[in-house]
Amino acid sequence: MKPEDVIICRCSDVTLKDIYDLFEQGYETFEELKRVARVGMGPCQANTCGKMVQWEIAKYFGKPLDEVEFHNMRPFTLGVKLNAIKEASDDEDE
Amino acid sequence: MKTNKPFPKNADYVIIGGGISGVSIAWHLAKKGAKNIVLIEQKHLSWGATGRCGAGIRQQWGTEANCLLAKKSIEFFEKAQETLEYDGNVEFKQEGYLIVGTNAEEDAQFKKNVALQNSLDIPARMLSPQEAKEIVPHLNLEGVTSATFCPTDGHLNPFTTTDAFYKAAKREGVDFYTYTTVKDIITEDDAIKAVVTDKGTVETNVVINAAGGFAKQIGEMAGVDIPVHSQNREILVTEPIEKIQGPMVISFSRNIYCQQTPHGAFIMGRGDKRAPGYSMESTHTFLDEMAKTVTKLLPPIGELRVIRQWGGLYNFSPDSQPIISDAKDVKGFYMACGFSGHGFMLAPMTGLLLSEMILGEEPSLPVENLLLSRFEGKDIKDVETSVV
Repeated sequence: MKPEDVIICRCSDVTLKDIYDLFEQGYETFEELKRVARVGMGPCQANTCGKMVQWEIAKYFGKPLDEVEFHNMRPFTLGVKLNAIKEASDDEDE
Repeated sequence: MKTNKPFPKNADYVIIGGGISGVSIAWHLAKKGAKNIVLIEQKHLSWGATGRCGAGIRQQWGTEANCLLAKKSIEFFEKAQETLEYDGNVEFKQEGYLIVGTNAEEDAQFKKNVALQNSLDIPARMLSPQEAKEIVPHLNLEGVTSATFCPTDGHLNPFTTTDAFYKAAKREGVDFYTYTTVKDIITEDDAIKAVVTDKGTVETNVVINAAGGFAKQIGEMAGVDIPVHSQNREILVTEPIEKIQGPMVISFSRNIYCQQTPHGAFIMGRGDKRAPGYSMESTHTFLDEMAKTVTKLLPPIGELRVIRQWGGLYNFSPDSQPIISDAKDVKGFYMACGFSGHGFMLAPMTGLLLSEMILGEEPSLPVENLLLSRFEGKDIKDVETSVV
């Protein structure tokens, strides 16, 4: 398959070619790619693309996988409605 | 950011900090013809406060200095995409800031602020609660007593705006060294001599401290005492939805700012009374308070799922106005810090004013109220109170 036909981040619709283009421009880490291409910023929070991007970085720059920094993990793991957070908080206050 | 060049032995200008202020200073200096400019960032560009901020740009301030900085900065942002010849998208949106008040004291302050803003040609206006609701129909007016609105305030993407300045500065010859940590600053006879990093030492006569939350430590390395402190402020983002809200909605008394970005996600944040420090942790307390505040003021937002939360450092000055200044006691040391949560939106003027100061040009705006020396042995007056 051509790199432009491979979707690597489904949430933000980023292709493998987009990632390759950014590598060529000098963006080398997940955190840099994320900030210019929104890779990993969608509802799945890089649970899908995180490892794939890490692997592509390793391949492209010829580094062992364990030397490629994994993406920064932040809460949440799953989306939660603000109303649900408020209700849970109200229950605690009672 | 990859650079093929080895760490330099000397430079004419060393900028510390790869946030919006640092890249704007770099671009402005280079654009004015300065050469041998090096920018050092401890992580990647926009790692610090810039990439963690609420992405708003506003002119509705309570001090003349902030109003002028903001107004001139928005004039730059209106054309930034073209001026910086950016191949990405800075996501500029100009649909205003709606500020809501909930008590008589705030109403009185709003009147004063709007009068000041109008005297400086900022098109803000007072609104009744009903008029505010016409602009943001899902606003819950319970407890709302007044509002102000400025239609030319808005939104910009902090990541891509930083990237735009970075790329433009790089084309002008600025060298960027990311993932590089400053360890020390060497001075001799009260003048800057060199910057020591984990990648090597660069000799220079000019250092510009644009280190955001870490500006105090950089000052200490050069022997300059900067009266700023940092504090973690938290923020969250929701899943994206179709557009339902044009302006940023903020309230100082309710302690909230909340906007829908062009991408569709809602970003919201608030402050609290926690101790100064350098933690950027995310807390459960913030989530609870944020959920209560936003669901009361903007009820439909309660149905949105939070997908991510994070923290970032506000760098406060004693009067909550920026410090854009030289250092009287150390020749060649300059700083852009103490933005008190608003460095992103003021960055174009930060870069312009500091580059003028460094190159000995006439400043484009009065700078007396921005200099470090304003705090020396004087009572602090003219404090900015319009801060979330």
